[in-house]
Amino acid sequence: MDFLDPELVAEFAIESLEGLADIEQQLLSIESAGANIDVELVNAVFRTMHSIKGTAGFLGLDRIGGLAHRLEEVLNHMRNREIVPSSQLVTTMLSAADYMRQLISAVESSNEGDISEFVAGLEAFLPSAGLNRSAPAAGPKAVATTPPEPEHAPAVANAACPSLTDAVREFVIESYENLDQMERELVALEADPSAVSVVRGIFRTMHTIKGGAGFLALPRLEKLAHAAESLLGRLRDQTLSPSRAVIEVLLKTVDRCREGLRLLETQSSDAGFEVTSLIEQIDEVARHTARPAVAAPVAATKSPQPLPAVNAAEPVAMETEPSIKPTVDSSASEKSSAGMGEATIRVDVGLLDKLMMQVGELVLARNQIVQYAGRLPDSGFVGTAQRLNLITSELQESLMKTRMQPIGNVWSKFPRVVRDLAGQLGKQVRIEMEGRETELDKTIIEAIKDPLTHLVRNSVDHGIEPPEQRRQAGKAVEGTLRLRAYHEGGQVNIEIADDGAGLNLERIRRKAVERGLISAEQSTRMSDRDVSQLIFAPGFSTAEKVTSVSGRGVGMDVVRTNIERIGGTIDLISLPGQGTTMRIKIPLTLAIIPALIVANDGARYAIPQVNLLELVRLDPEKAQDSIEYIHGTPVYRLRGKLLPLVYLSERLFPGLKVAKHRANREAINIVVLRADNRHFGLIVDKVNDTEEIVVKPLGKQLKSIREYAGATIMGDGSIALILDVKRLAPTVAADGEQRACTTENAAASAASGRSVRQSMLVVDVDGDRQFAMPTSAVARLERIPAALIEHAQHREVIQYRGGILPLVRLADAVDLPTTPTGELQVVVHDRAEASFGLIVGRIVDICEVDAVPAERRAADEFIVGSMVIRDRVTDLIDLGALAHFTVSRRRHAVASEASV
Amino acid sequence: MNAPSRRLGTFRIEGLHFGVDVRNIQEVIRYQPMTGVPLAPAAVRGLINLRGQIVTAVDLRERLALPARAEDKLPMNVVVQTDGGIVSLLVDEIGDVVDATPEQFETPPPTLPSSIAALIEGAYKMPGWLLLMLNIREAVNIATPELSLHSV
Repeated sequence: MDFLDPELVAEFAIESLEGLADIEQQLLSIESAGANIDVELVNAVFRTMHSIKGTAGFLGLDRIGGLAHRLEEVLNHMRNREIVPSSQLVTTMLSAADYMRQLISAVESSNEGDISEFVAGLEAFLPSAGLNRSAPAAGPKAVATTPPEPEHAPAVANAACPSLTDAVREFVIESYENLDQMERELVALEADPSAVSVVRGIFRTMHTIKGGAGFLALPRLEKLAHAAESLLGRLRDQTLSPSRAVIEVLLKTVDRCREGLRLLETQSSDAGFEVTSLIEQIDEVARHTARPAVAAPVAATKSPQPLPAVNAAEPVAMETEPSIKPTVDSSASEKSSAGMGEATIRVDVGLLDKLMMQVGELVLARNQIVQYAGRLPDSGFVGTAQRLNLITSELQESLMKTRMQPIGNVWSKFPRVVRDLAGQLGKQVRIEMEGRETELDKTIIEAIKDPLTHLVRNSVDHGIEPPEQRRQAGKAVEGTLRLRAYHEGGQVNIEIADDGAGLNLERIRRKAVERGLISAEQSTRMSDRDVSQLIFAPGFSTAEKVTSVSGRGVGMDVVRTNIERIGGTIDLISLPGQGTTMRIKIPLTLAIIPALIVANDGARYAIPQVNLLELVRLDPEKAQDSIEYIHGTPVYRLRGKLLPLVYLSERLFPGLKVAKHRANREAINIVVLRADNRHFGLIVDKVNDTEEIVVKPLGKQLKSIREYAGATIMGDGSIALILDVKRLAPTVAADGEQRACTTENAAASAASGRSVRQSMLVVDVDGDRQFAMPTSAVARLERIPAALIEHAQHREVIQYRGGILPLVRLADAVDLPTTPTGELQVVVHDRAEASFGLIVGRIVDICEVDAVPAERRAADEFIVGSMVIRDRVTDLIDLGALAHFTVSRRRHAVASEASV
Repeated sequence: MNAPSRRLGTFRIEGLHFGVDVRNIQEVIRYQPMTGVPLAPAAVRGLINLRGQIVTAVDLRERLALPARAEDKLPMNVVVQTDGGIVSLLVDEIGDVVDATPEQFETPPPTLPSSIAALIEGAYKMPGWLLLMLNIREAVNIATPELSLHSV
């Protein structure tokens, strides 16, 4: 084809598409106005058509020109009030405009298009055929031209398109997106077979792919798309119902098309792409599931798409299917998607990354300028600095938004995943999503994709019960999987909740023992919550048999690791019979994070706000007494609970012992932090402010120091290291010798790498015997004046939190002499079945001990075993058993009377 | 002279002349304030803010097992490009850019202490002085402090 000027043609295409963009809305308005014609509006459309006609004629694009001419003519009559814009007419006009858009999108081959149908359609509305003035040269010629064989168009188009690789790439990208969308819609259609509008959408999408494939001379892909399109055509015409088999084969087609695209990416043609067997399957399905009542499959395949030469880069222009009765609803939604298409551009992620980096620099420079401005008396400069400050913040925020993607992008895969998996397992699962628009940084989206998929699969596989079991449990046969995402305090929460049976804690206990993760002894002692956390332990899987779905024993620990790697946390709530909820908290972005700046030993450090719980400042007078030392390990009573303390100086300069507070009587700053669901206090010299910091990686030489998560540049240009809180936590002490308390075989189990550590509260009675109990059984630690003890039913009790709390003296229980003092140390055990306070001698420590089989001693029923903690033989107490002990103990009343 | 000559940027440490290919040198800057990194290997002197980029400063004296720099002497920064990003090499003084030919080159004598043999590719015999060719990759290869300790 010989064009005057390719540039001119391209310009024409762009301008015309812009003009056409609004036409849909305008025509619909014209339709709704009916006989009450808005001349201004009609004129606007008329002008658009007129200019398209003019330029098209000039460029020799006779099909486009011809179509524009007919539309112009109709509009002319309309504004002269010679014809009324009936809905039928508007429908025809819309179809014509759609087709025109399609022609313009593939402008080089537009003269191969067949406009006769539209021309005839429009002419039918003209007042009289006789009045039909002679059209410009292009018009009649176009009508006269016989429609060419569609198969010829691709070759021509191909030849006319010099930059094939660009076109191919665009096509591949678009098609992947289209296929994703189609997959979603197919799953939705299966769930609701009556959704005809969904079928239309799928049909259009498949048609787009077919068109693109034809345009790019990909005959195999085109053939496959054509076969699928035919099947979809019958769905649309309702001569076929969307049975499972139909959906199945269509989903297979989607998968196959993806394979084709991958092939295309590597070899830029679809040679060797095998489709015949799948096409046969499609035909097979079409034959077998045909609705006998309607015998018009031919009509369906003859849907009016004569021109496959369509540029895939212009999805907006693809809505070629002339919908017979466009409801206002669907048109409106199409309109909005058209608007989206034009308002967005594709940007290389690399460019965004670079921009992000540069804005990071700008933020730092801004910080410096703002600091200087504070020192200068020049008010003009100060004002400018403030403006710069504001603009930079806004710029940063806007740029962050460019990297934000809705989490729905990841979720969109899940309906298919759930559908396929549920099918395989013979389960019925419905997936619900809430908050798909919740946005996250692209890198985080990438990072959570796999963990989320794993969790979703897990919920379907392990969580939701088979239908029969659900029926027996009195639940709906269909299980529900709910995905929920929402923002909360600068973080994103993602919940994956199923209404299944909940975790089988007994089975987890059993498996954990079988796999040697914990001892049988421990398994009975562990709280339900601790047991449920076991599924995150490496090498754990409860699947009775390893299936292709899950149960390979890798999984939840990997999920947790991956989520923690991006600074997130995962938590689990399981209610027996009601289901399991996984809750993930992740930061919005990794590049710029809010952080607390602290000063220590003359340097500044940044602590990510995610880990920060609260700040405690101890006045110089109080500081000395408030920090208690247990065997050299500092602790602080934070609202009655012992908070292990870590001196930042000691962690960063091993070997250094900090005792300065004691000498200098300085105030003590405790930064209360959370890592791995454990709390601890980090003691620093000074707490500065919270700041938005730009995270920068450390060089290769420093990567191995895991105490740092990176570095950042402060407002004054100096550098601050970002602390990795998880590494600083006392329980994950790097080198063993830092650990305050160790058990005998800690080294052995550390070597095996499979230990499950349990937190124990260590107490003693008169410094004589040492006891330990799981902290999970301890609700609170209280100090109670002995004078507050009262008596009820031969027991010692105190009024506690608006109720009565019975007390047990540990000394009594183990037959040691009691020495009541003015203030009693009470360990509160708070369970529905038995709440009581255990009076102990002294709180010694909170230790992480390895879960090891303890030596069983039968002498006391509430002592479940003994182990060595902190170089002392320690009896392990079962608090629950102690509660019952009290009631049966007669001499109690006597003892307590004597003690008061 | 048919073999192509090599253009080397030179610097001095403890009276020794070292050179690296000028193409590896990004820039040479005077002393910069550094932020110390606790727990880092001794050779890492600290971090430098190089126009918004955080650059690790490696003390070549430490790497070459030379005595520590006098307190009152401030090191210069030779900023070089490496596989792991840019790194600043701390040196005593900056020398000239010189051209050296392959004929002048000789591999290091086996008598060189093994601790530094890996860091020195060889010597260019210049008239009256020796120019030691620094192996940048090895010089900044201190990711695992234990390993370099064993090699001493």
